[in-house]
Amino acid sequence: MRPRFLRTIFSSPLRAFASLALLALIVIAVIGPAIWGVEGDTPNPTTLNAPPGGDHIAGTDALGRDVLARVLAAGQISLLMALSATAIGVVLGTLLGAVPVVLGRRSQRILASVLSTWMAFPVLLVALFITILLGPGTVTAVIAMGLTMTPSFGRFMQTLAAEIESADYVVAGRMLGIRRGRLFRRYILPNISEPVLVYVTISIGNALLAMSALSFLGLGVQAPNYDWGRMLGDALPNVYTSPWAALIPGIAIVFAGITFGLAGEALASLSRNRGGAARPPRGVPTPQSPSAMETSATRLNQGNESNTEAHLVSGRSLDGEPLLSVRHLSVHYPTSDGWVSPVRDVSLTINRGEIVGVVGESGSGKSVTSMAINRLITNPGQVQARQLSFDGIDLLGIKEKDLRAKLGSRIATIFQDPMTYLNPALRIGTQLTEVLEGRSTRAEARERAIAGLKELRMTKPAERLNQFPAELSGGMRQRVLIAMAQIADADLIIADEPTTALDMTVQHHVLAALRKRCRENGSSALVVSHDIGVLVELCTRLVVMYAGRIVEEISVEQLLRQGPAHPYTEALLASLPTLETPVDKPLVTLPGQPPHPGETFSGCAMAPRCPFSTDECRTVLPQLELVRPATKAACLHPRNHAIASTERQNLDIA
Amino acid sequence: MSHELGIDPPVAAATEPARQRQQAETTRTHVWIRFLLRRTTRMIISMFIIVTVAFFVVRMSGGDPVRDALGPTAPMALVEQRRAELGLDAPLLNQYLHYLFGLLQGDLGSSFITGQSVSSVVAERLPKTLALGFIAVVVVLIVAIPLGLIIAVLTQNGRRRLTEFSFSGLTGLFLSIPEYLLAVGLVVLFGIMWPVLPIAGSDSAAAYVLPVIALGAASSALIARIARVEGLKVLGQDYMRTARSKRLPKTTLYFKHALPNMLTAVLTLGGTTLGGLVAATALVEQVFNWPGLGYTLIQSISARDYNVVVGVAVVYATLIIVINLMVDVLLAALDRRTALLEI
Repeated sequence: MRPRFLRTIFSSPLRAFASLALLALIVIAVIGPAIWGVEGDTPNPTTLNAPPGGDHIAGTDALGRDVLARVLAAGQISLLMALSATAIGVVLGTLLGAVPVVLGRRSQRILASVLSTWMAFPVLLVALFITILLGPGTVTAVIAMGLTMTPSFGRFMQTLAAEIESADYVVAGRMLGIRRGRLFRRYILPNISEPVLVYVTISIGNALLAMSALSFLGLGVQAPNYDWGRMLGDALPNVYTSPWAALIPGIAIVFAGITFGLAGEALASLSRNRGGAARPPRGVPTPQSPSAMETSATRLNQGNESNTEAHLVSGRSLDGEPLLSVRHLSVHYPTSDGWVSPVRDVSLTINRGEIVGVVGESGSGKSVTSMAINRLITNPGQVQARQLSFDGIDLLGIKEKDLRAKLGSRIATIFQDPMTYLNPALRIGTQLTEVLEGRSTRAEARERAIAGLKELRMTKPAERLNQFPAELSGGMRQRVLIAMAQIADADLIIADEPTTALDMTVQHHVLAALRKRCRENGSSALVVSHDIGVLVELCTRLVVMYAGRIVEEISVEQLLRQGPAHPYTEALLASLPTLETPVDKPLVTLPGQPPHPGETFSGCAMAPRCPFSTDECRTVLPQLELVRPATKAACLHPRNHAIASTERQNLDIA
Repeated sequence: MSHELGIDPPVAAATEPARQRQQAETTRTHVWIRFLLRRTTRMIISMFIIVTVAFFVVRMSGGDPVRDALGPTAPMALVEQRRAELGLDAPLLNQYLHYLFGLLQGDLGSSFITGQSVSSVVAERLPKTLALGFIAVVVVLIVAIPLGLIIAVLTQNGRRRLTEFSFSGLTGLFLSIPEYLLAVGLVVLFGIMWPVLPIAGSDSAAAYVLPVIALGAASSALIARIARVEGLKVLGQDYMRTARSKRLPKTTLYFKHALPNMLTAVLTLGGTTLGGLVAATALVEQVFNWPGLGYTLIQSISARDYNVVVGVAVVYATLIIVINLMVDVLLAALDRRTALLEI
C-alpha cells in the first residue's frame, strides 16, 4: 500500500513538488514558533534595517529583528487563519449551496437569493463591516474571510448540484424514495467531490492571500502578534530603503499560495487518473513481440504455412487488393499493474463491397479493434501491427496531421452509445453536415442530411436539423449517428453496435439501408455486434472474437451450411433464442466469465469455459488456420461433424 | 408518442407536429419570462437588504463625521448646526426612512464634506470604473478560456508534463500575488524602471494597460485553470471521439466541439470571479490614481463620509448583482439541460 502511495506521488513532477512544498509548509507551521519565535521577537537596536548577510541571512527589520526568523515563526498563524477561514466558507457554502437541492425548489430559490445578496457585497466591504462590528483582530479577520468565501462556495456547489440534480441517477434515486440525507451523501456528494476538492485547495491559497491583505490593512492580526501580511504591511513604508523586510514575507505568501494551487492541480490530476494508470509503464510494450509470435506461428503451423495468409475463398476481392488489410494488430493500454492488451494479434481483411461482421461478448476487444482501424486509439493506448493499410494508405505510419488530407472521412464510424456520442452543444444539422464542409455547398449538405435522415425513417427530418441531441430520443439519436456516417460517403463504414438502441422494426430497416448503401456505392462495412443473429442476416463473412483474439473467421454461407468450427461460436449460436426455443426452459448460456484483458494465458483463453478442452488446450496457444473451406478457426479441436464425433468419443473414454 | 417510435403517424400528422412545436416554444418563452421576473424581484429585494445593512453598519461604526469634516478647532455650536442641517440629529430610524425615500427618487444624499450630491459623484466616477471593469472582464474571458483549453489539449493523457508544470506554476504565481502587490510591482517595473506606460490617470488608451493587467491577472489564472480541468473532462468525452473520427480541422475540433461544452462550468466559476474583479477595482484604482468609484469608496471610508460610503457601496453591489444575473442568463441560454432556469 505504502510504496504504491509514494509511487503515485512521485510519478509526476507536479505531484512531487506539490507534496514536498506542502510538507515543508506543514513542518514550518508546526515547529516554527517553538524554534524561531524567540529570535523573531527579540529587537536589537544595534542592527536596525540591516541588509541581508552575516548573522542575518535575510536582513533585519526596522526594530532590528531577524526577518527570516520572523517569517518562519509567522507561518503557523498565517496557515491556521487561512485554513479556519476556508473551513467556515466550505461548511456554510455547502449548506447553502448543495443541500437545498434535496430540499426542493422553494428552499432552493430562497437560498439562491440569500447567496446572490450576500455575494453582492464587495469583499472589502464585508470585511470592513465585520471589523466595525467586532473590532479588529485575528478572530474577526478569520470570520470575515470565511463569510466572504461562503457565497462563492455556495454558488459553486449550487451549480454543480443543479447539474447533478437533473442527472438520471438522482432522478431515479428520488423516485425510489431514497431519504434526503442519503441521497445527498451517496448520490450527490461523490459526484461533486472532485471539483470541490480542487476548488477548496485553491481557496486555501486564496484565503491566505486575502488574509494577508486584511492584516496588511491593519484589520487582521494585531501587534505584538504578526503574520506574513502584517509583516508585509509594516515593511511597505520602507520598501525603497530596505526592501528585504517586505520581500521575504511577500515571497512566503506567494510560495504558500503557489503550493496550495499546485496541490489543487495535483489532486485534480490524481482523481482523473483514479481507476486508471497512475503512470504508464515506460518503454514499448512487449507482452508478445511480433517476432515471438512469428516463431510460434511457424512452429504451430507446420505444413499449413501457405494457408495462414490465404484469403477466404468466399471473400476474395474482385480486384485482388483488399480495401482494408490488418495483420497482427495488437492494442495495449497501461494500467497501474502494467500493460493490458484488449486486442491481441488480430489479422483481418475486408474487400471492396463486402460486409464483415465482428461478434463477441463485451470485453472481447471488438470495439477496440474497430477504433484501432480508424486510428482513434489515443495516448496512452498503443497500437502495434505488422500491417494496417487502407486502400494503399499506411494507417500505421501516417502522421496525425496528415490524416485529414489523406484519409478524410473515407472511413466513417457509427458509434455505439447514442446518448454520449453526439455533442450536446451542437445542433443535429451541424453535426450531420460538417463532414461535407469544403466538399459541397451548405444547401446541398442540408439536402443530403435531410435525405439521409429520411432514408432511416426519421420523422420531420428538416426540423430535426435545428434540434439539439437532448431533444431527441435514444433511437433517433442512434439514427443520427448512422446518418452521420452515411453522409460522409465513406469507403469503409465501421458500425459499432449500430442498432442496440433501436426497436426491432426500425433495426431491420436501418440494417437494410446499410446493406443497400454498400451494394449501390460499393462501400464496405465492418459491423461489430454482440448479436450473432443480426450479423448473420447482414454480413457475408463473420469474425468471432474472444479475449482479444480472433477465434474463428467463417463465411456466413459456411456457417449456415456446416455450422461453426469453434466451440465458442457454437455457444454463441446456441444462446440465440429462436421461434422453436421452448419458452419454459432457460436459454442456453456459456458458463463462466470471459477473461480480463490483463490476464495472460499460455494456452487457449477459452479453455476454462470450453466443454471440449483438453490439457493441451491449456498450454498450447492455437493459431488461426484453415480448418474447412472458407473457415478458419483457432482451436485445437475444431467442431466438425467427422472430427467432432471422434472427439466426443475420446472425451467419453477419458 | 409517435416520434419516440420514429414512424410517421397516420393522417393527423400534418397539423399535429406544428401545434406541438408551437406549444413547446410558448412554454419555453414562459419559462424565460418567469426566470427573468423572478430574478428581477430578487434583485430588488437584494438591493433593499444591501441598502439597509450598509446604512446601519456605517452609522454604527462610531466616530463623528461632522467633527471630522469641520476639524477639531470648530466651535461646538457650528458642529451642532451642521449636524442638524445634515439631519444627523434625528433618530436613526427617521434618518433611515428619509434615506430610503430619497433613494426611490434617485437622491443618494450629499457628501458631508464637499456637499456635492452623491448621485453626481456616482455619475462622474462610475463610467471610469465601468470601463475598467468591463475591459478587464472581456480581456480575462478572451484570454483565459482559450488558453486553458489549449493547455488541456497539449497536456491530454499525461503528455507534456513540463508544459503542465509550467502552466500550473505560472497560474499559481499569478493567483498568489495579491492585486495590490501586482499593481505596485507593475508601477515599479513599467513606470519607474522601464517607463513605457502611464501609471496614473485614465486619459489615454495606454493608461488602461497596467490597471487591466493588475485587475485581470489573478482572475485569468483562475479561469484558465478551471478551463483546463473542464477542457480535459470534455476532451475525454465520447462525442469528441465522434468529432475526431470526422477528421475535422483542429480548430473546428477544439473550438467548435469542445469549447461550448466547457463554458457552463467555466462561467459558473468565472461569474463569481468577475464579480470579485469588479470589487477589486477599489484596490487597483487606489494604486493607479484612477478617478473611479473604488477610489472614491476608500477615500470616503477613511473620511467617514457616510452618504458617499453607502451610496457607492450600493452602486457597487448593484454592479455585482447585474454581473451575476448576466452570467446566469448566459448559462441558462448555453446549457439547456441545467436546472438554473428553474431556480
